[in-house]
Amino acid sequence: MTEKELIVRKIENGTVIDHITPGRALDVLKVLNITGKEGLVVAVVMNVPSKKYGKKDMVKIENRELAEEEVNLIAMISPNATINIIRDHKVAKKFQVKIPNKIKNIIQCENPTCITRVEKNTISSFTLVSRSPIILRCDYCGAYIDLEAILKQFE
Amino acid sequence: MTLYKKDLISINDLSRDDIKKIFEVTDLLRENIRKGRNLLKGFVLTNAFFEPSTRTRLSFESAMLRLGGSVISFSSVEAISIAKGESFVDTIRMLDAYSDIIVVRHKYEGAAKLAAEISEAPVINAGDGRNQHPTQTLVDLYTIVKKFGKIDGLNIGLFGDLKYARTANSLLQGLAIFNPSKIFLISPPTLKIRKEIRDLLNLKGIKFEEHDDVSEVISELDVLYVLRIQRERFSDPLEYEKVKGSYRVTLDLLKDVKDDFIIMHPLPRVDEIDYKVDGTKYAYYFKQAKYGIPIRMALLTLILLGEEVL
Repeated sequence: MTEKELIVRKIENGTVIDHITPGRALDVLKVLNITGKEGLVVAVVMNVPSKKYGKKDMVKIENRELAEEEVNLIAMISPNATINIIRDHKVAKKFQVKIPNKIKNIIQCENPTCITRVEKNTISSFTLVSRSPIILRCDYCGAYIDLEAILKQFE
Repeated sequence: MTLYKKDLISINDLSRDDIKKIFEVTDLLRENIRKGRNLLKGFVLTNAFFEPSTRTRLSFESAMLRLGGSVISFSSVEAISIAKGESFVDTIRMLDAYSDIIVVRHKYEGAAKLAAEISEAPVINAGDGRNQHPTQTLVDLYTIVKKFGKIDGLNIGLFGDLKYARTANSLLQGLAIFNPSKIFLISPPTLKIRKEIRDLLNLKGIKFEEHDDVSEVISELDVLYVLRIQRERFSDPLEYEKVKGSYRVTLDLLKDVKDDFIIMHPLPRVDEIDYKVDGTKYAYYFKQAKYGIPIRMALLTLILLGEEVL
């Protein structure tokens, strides 16, 4: 089975998220807040062979170009993912996701006595402390959250 | 940076220069307490204590009254509409309309920061859970400066619960604004500093050592900052009793200390400092407590009026 044979089909316009950590494609959609109810054509490919990483997941979204700011959030759960913006069957833009310095309203603080956990209608906010390994610090209570804890929230 | 109309949520909000300015104004107000008498006439401070506290609340109240200002306050959530189900955010909005400055104490970490985001009036954090207590830290730093003339180059020990005590957490961050020679962190193994604080000390290049026996290091220290160890931190009551016995400052422990050595404590004390120690020249905790008023007076003046007025 080669990488080529498994690609669902080439898309004309839209976004291809490649090199997603195997098994994380559905979490990627969660972070991007794509539920399927938007009516977008979305292809999800999981655990396909990858030359670079052995195995990988892939997501193709037709007719929607994701903004860099938006896709960077998936670096939290899949740091090696690459983004291809497709226009007219061609790769118009390609970049690797990079975890942003501020992450708001995506994950929740792990500290049960953080005000963002107890007060309704608060927006969680984290600052990146370290990229490798990924560590974020809650802007409210100062508690750390690591990759393992972040991933757990998407289970 | 000026402190005028600024919030004070974390000691990290302040620069070395800000702290110096606060201390200068504190000195000024201590020299001539009457100078501040009518400075804040017409201003209203709200003491919003969602968690009970006597010392901090009364010291803010006294500071404001000495400056000629007025104080409205509550000191438990039972007394306010939160008990009826009102949100914290709505309560703060209301207080914002009632006052010129809000002092917030809360059992949850981050509450003061959230309050500051909502309120147009400046917010001072008077302690949020185990997180921060910046005005206590200012009092602590001022006490050290008044004794030694500096913080840089000193050996400072923190002794007791370093994991949950917000005064310890906050003081360590405050010390990291300066260049102490070394910080000695002396605690039971289960109450060591959190990784967040360890990283911060490393990031700022602060030298520190961790110990569990204070007698090993006490002769090297200029300052020993004592923190209460709370029973509820231990699941095993036997373990607590064991720790309690060895995390105590007694006359015997003070045999080989430096001549200039001082003992500090944010108070209230339970039995972590033997009462016999109170009579020694090392006991500095009551002096430290006395600085609480002028420090808060200086802070209120700088936030509500700016520095030009003095």
